[in-house]
Amino acid sequence: MALPIYASPMQKIWYYTFRIICGLVFFFLVFPIMVIIPLSFNAQDFFTFTPEMLAFKAEGFSFKHYDDFFTNQDWQHALKNSLRIAPMATILSVSFGTLAAIGLSQSHVPFRRAIMAIMISPMIVPLIISASGMYFFYSRIGLQGTYAGVVLAHAVLGVPFVIITVTATLVGFDKSLTRAAANMGAGPVRTFFKIQMPLILPGVISGGLFAFITSFDEVVVVLFVGSAGQKTLPWQMFTGLREQISPTILAVATILIAMSIILLTTLELLRRRSERLRGMSPG
Amino acid sequence: MSNTNTVLASDGTSLKKSLAKSLRRQKIRALLLIAPLLFFVLLTFIAPIGDMLFRSVENNIVSDTLPRTVKVLSKWDSMSGQAPDEEVFEAFARDLKIAVKSKLHTKLGSRLNYEKTGISSLVRQTGRKVKKLDLDATPSFKDAFEKMNKKWMDPSVWQTIQQFSSKYTDGYFLAAADLTRTSEGIQKVDEDKKIYFKLFVRTLYMSLGITFMCILLGYPIAFLLATLPMRSSNVLMILVLLPFWTSLLVRTSAWKVLLQNQGVINDFLVWLGVIADGNRLELINNVTGTVIAMTHILLPFMILPLFSVMKTIPPTYMRAAKSMGANDFMAFRRVYFPQSIPGIGAGSILVFILAIGYYITPEIVGGTKGVFISNRIAYHISSSLNWGLGAALGAILLVVVLALYWLYDKFVGIDNVKLG
Amino acid sequence: MKIKTIMLGGAAFAMSATAALAEDMTIVSWGGAYTASQQAAYHDPYSAMTGVNIINDASSGEAVAKLRAMSEAGNVTWDVVDVVAADALRLCDEGLAMEIDADTQLADAPDGTKASVDFGDLMVNECFIPQIVYSTTFGYRKDLVGSTAPTSVCSVFDTAAYPGKRSLEKRPINNMEWALMCDGVAKSDVYDVLATDEGQARAFAKLDTIKGDVIWWSAGADTPQLLADGEVIMGSTYNGRLFALIEEQGQNVGMLWDGQVFDLDGWIIPAGLSDERKARALDYVYFATDTQRLADQAKYISYGPARKSSAPLVSKHATLGIDMAPHMPTDPNNAKNTLLYNYSFWADYRDDIDAKFQAWLAK
Repeated sequence: MALPIYASPMQKIWYYTFRIICGLVFFFLVFPIMVIIPLSFNAQDFFTFTPEMLAFKAEGFSFKHYDDFFTNQDWQHALKNSLRIAPMATILSVSFGTLAAIGLSQSHVPFRRAIMAIMISPMIVPLIISASGMYFFYSRIGLQGTYAGVVLAHAVLGVPFVIITVTATLVGFDKSLTRAAANMGAGPVRTFFKIQMPLILPGVISGGLFAFITSFDEVVVVLFVGSAGQKTLPWQMFTGLREQISPTILAVATILIAMSIILLTTLELLRRRSERLRGMSPG
Repeated sequence: MSNTNTVLASDGTSLKKSLAKSLRRQKIRALLLIAPLLFFVLLTFIAPIGDMLFRSVENNIVSDTLPRTVKVLSKWDSMSGQAPDEEVFEAFARDLKIAVKSKLHTKLGSRLNYEKTGISSLVRQTGRKVKKLDLDATPSFKDAFEKMNKKWMDPSVWQTIQQFSSKYTDGYFLAAADLTRTSEGIQKVDEDKKIYFKLFVRTLYMSLGITFMCILLGYPIAFLLATLPMRSSNVLMILVLLPFWTSLLVRTSAWKVLLQNQGVINDFLVWLGVIADGNRLELINNVTGTVIAMTHILLPFMILPLFSVMKTIPPTYMRAAKSMGANDFMAFRRVYFPQSIPGIGAGSILVFILAIGYYITPEIVGGTKGVFISNRIAYHISSSLNWGLGAALGAILLVVVLALYWLYDKFVGIDNVKLG
Repeated sequence: MKIKTIMLGGAAFAMSATAALAEDMTIVSWGGAYTASQQAAYHDPYSAMTGVNIINDASSGEAVAKLRAMSEAGNVTWDVVDVVAADALRLCDEGLAMEIDADTQLADAPDGTKASVDFGDLMVNECFIPQIVYSTTFGYRKDLVGSTAPTSVCSVFDTAAYPGKRSLEKRPINNMEWALMCDGVAKSDVYDVLATDEGQARAFAKLDTIKGDVIWWSAGADTPQLLADGEVIMGSTYNGRLFALIEEQGQNVGMLWDGQVFDLDGWIIPAGLSDERKARALDYVYFATDTQRLADQAKYISYGPARKSSAPLVSKHATLGIDMAPHMPTDPNNAKNTLLYNYSFWADYRDDIDAKFQAWLAK
């Protein structure tokens, strides 16, 4: 939407006003996240910009909260749990989800809408309702407070994201490719892994990332379904916020933001790759 | 010789049949692919929700704990203004004695205390005394209970037991609608206890406000992203997705740091001289705080669907309109905007659905005026332990959400949700 | 031969695995500085002595809900739970906590006094093993309250003399009592008045006078953070939090002990544990509630030990080296005007007054 050379003054004013408005909204989106980063180097134990920090004096800053994160057993325990739970939940939601998305994208599926509605519902139902329902039900079947319980709960929360992203890639999928493979004698399994899988892989990976981050960032359900043995990072952050405020949370957040940026860049690169594969040129 | 008209497939069966067979096989294959996940979601998600909803009507405790009493009490005329007769008290003594042994009586007391204040301690105290009661050597149970606590002679206690003796109850749903069942039928609760209706209305209003804010802020961004060349729009897209990927707790605490009285925004405004130091803005612990923080959190859910719809609007349309003499505003208003309405619809419903179920953010920045119905549900589930009421509130909320979900599916289609 | 070794190895591995599992004990508490004080005073020495690995769970806030759900499911995963006395009453009443015989299952005082006598009235029921006496009281920002520091709890309601925000807990308990006391109700009559609709209305009317100036908190960490940020000029919280804020963090905050409400916190052992786990939980509790251990906890946090025999043993803070006795809520200088949490009153009126309180808040 570049400004044409023949634009009138009015159009010019509007053009720049619009850009400024957009800039402000982007600022609104990103600023709160950026505020966290300097605060995580606070030498004090509260979430406040101290006078020393505002004066950029060295004694106002410290790495002690990072130190705390890497040496404190509670945080390390929580990190380990998150890393044990999220990948497992992701594997479950990705494998079930991809299969189901392929099933759903076939041309004749009875009750397609209803099935789709059920599978997307974990994203739609308010978390507090899902969490309390799981809490009672999982207690009853002995899953409350177990690793398996938390993994199952997180896996089901990740399912809608996998379904959405994988179906989206399948919409653009050229069916003649599988037919051609079958024609040349490949079995369904071979066709799937050799033809379909590489093409829908970006969708699967991005769905997987969504599922991963859902589990990695989830606090309400794990609070209800988990017990101390499954305390995850967000849980530790939540108790941190409630019981003893410490900028260690902000240090963790900064690390997580860095991770997010890496993940997002990966996603963007993947998307570009997928477009190259599908023969679309990345503009 | 009618067979001659039938087209045959290569294996000699009729093509129609063969096609039907292959169609059936396709359907079965599709269903087989779907089945594991469907089963998984039904078991780990739908069943728990059903289980919880059931708690909103379940009321076994009274009839399970006091089976004999319930039976004889059903004959008692609750409007008589008199305590029930000896027969009821005897049955009650027997039931209570068993209940005390298995420590069920206090659960009963807490259940009935939801309906009538004071029953909890009445049952607990009586439970202690009933232990010593010799069932075979009591001439009058009524007198014995009167001696234990005079409140047992109050017919309203018995009315409560009688009203809540059936296995299922609408009591929780009534409570969730600020209603109560008295001896004169269903009535509104006292003015000083009315809260849920107000909370539901507030939840809806605030969600609407948040949705509106998201449209206002999201529309220009989506427009910009959709009209910029892909490379730059992808980089800007990262700015949209970054908050989306940052921990919810972190974003909420960031807003706390920014919005509070001595926070960054107020400090900055004071420094600029826009406001006086003694006159700082109240940005947190109220509706403003919740709306700002939640708009920030939900904005990506508005931008992404809007963007994917705007992406499909060919830029040539605007140019065509302009070439035919429309000015910029006109072209936008009459050509572009109408085509982007589906995106607004999709984003709005998504944001609205997510907003009305929010819990953590309002809890942290909402104070008392900025909290949602979900906060009350959480309170009843984990703190007051009135699980039935929590479930009833949850059921009502769920119905609202599902209705919106249905609308979304009808107008947008669930499979049209796009994420990045 | 080879198979046999493998099997033996496997069996040994399985055994060591179960043994390792059996040595885990989940202790539920409040988290933060409080758990840290228990870790130092009880868990670490106990682990060193027995080799038991203690897992901390900071779920005491939801203890009753979670224990209820666990017992419904017949799968109790907690071994020892730290709860406030009011929750212990509920748990004991519902049969979710085990009954304890204090004289045989808890340690005697060093001079041979039986545990039941040593704890005295603080053993509010058969399941509760008292640990500390804590109080909910006020802290104020010394630099923000003007020249005269508040000396009475009623300063909270005096917005003319002390303009600015104050923080109160988002529940009726304590706030209703303070409101009535500052509205002229004698301390001994507070609960009689509060039991009536008019009395409740009166308390709400008093709270109405400051409603616009209150920030409501729900987590123990809130008031210290609000005071540190200068968001409030005074606020209620647990006295141990204020101690940490003032003495450990060096914030410019003063203690207002007037009108503090005493409450108790202690252990319960969930009902329905296997014999082996029950024995271990009892062994832990026996160790952790003896006279010396309770006095030790006071080195790390300013809560008063529940045993009479521990009081003389309370010494200096472990790292700051200051005398702890004057920071105890039970110290005679601090305990001039106190209130004791009325468990039976709130057991009855909690649902009712809470509904009104929430409606009042939302107004």
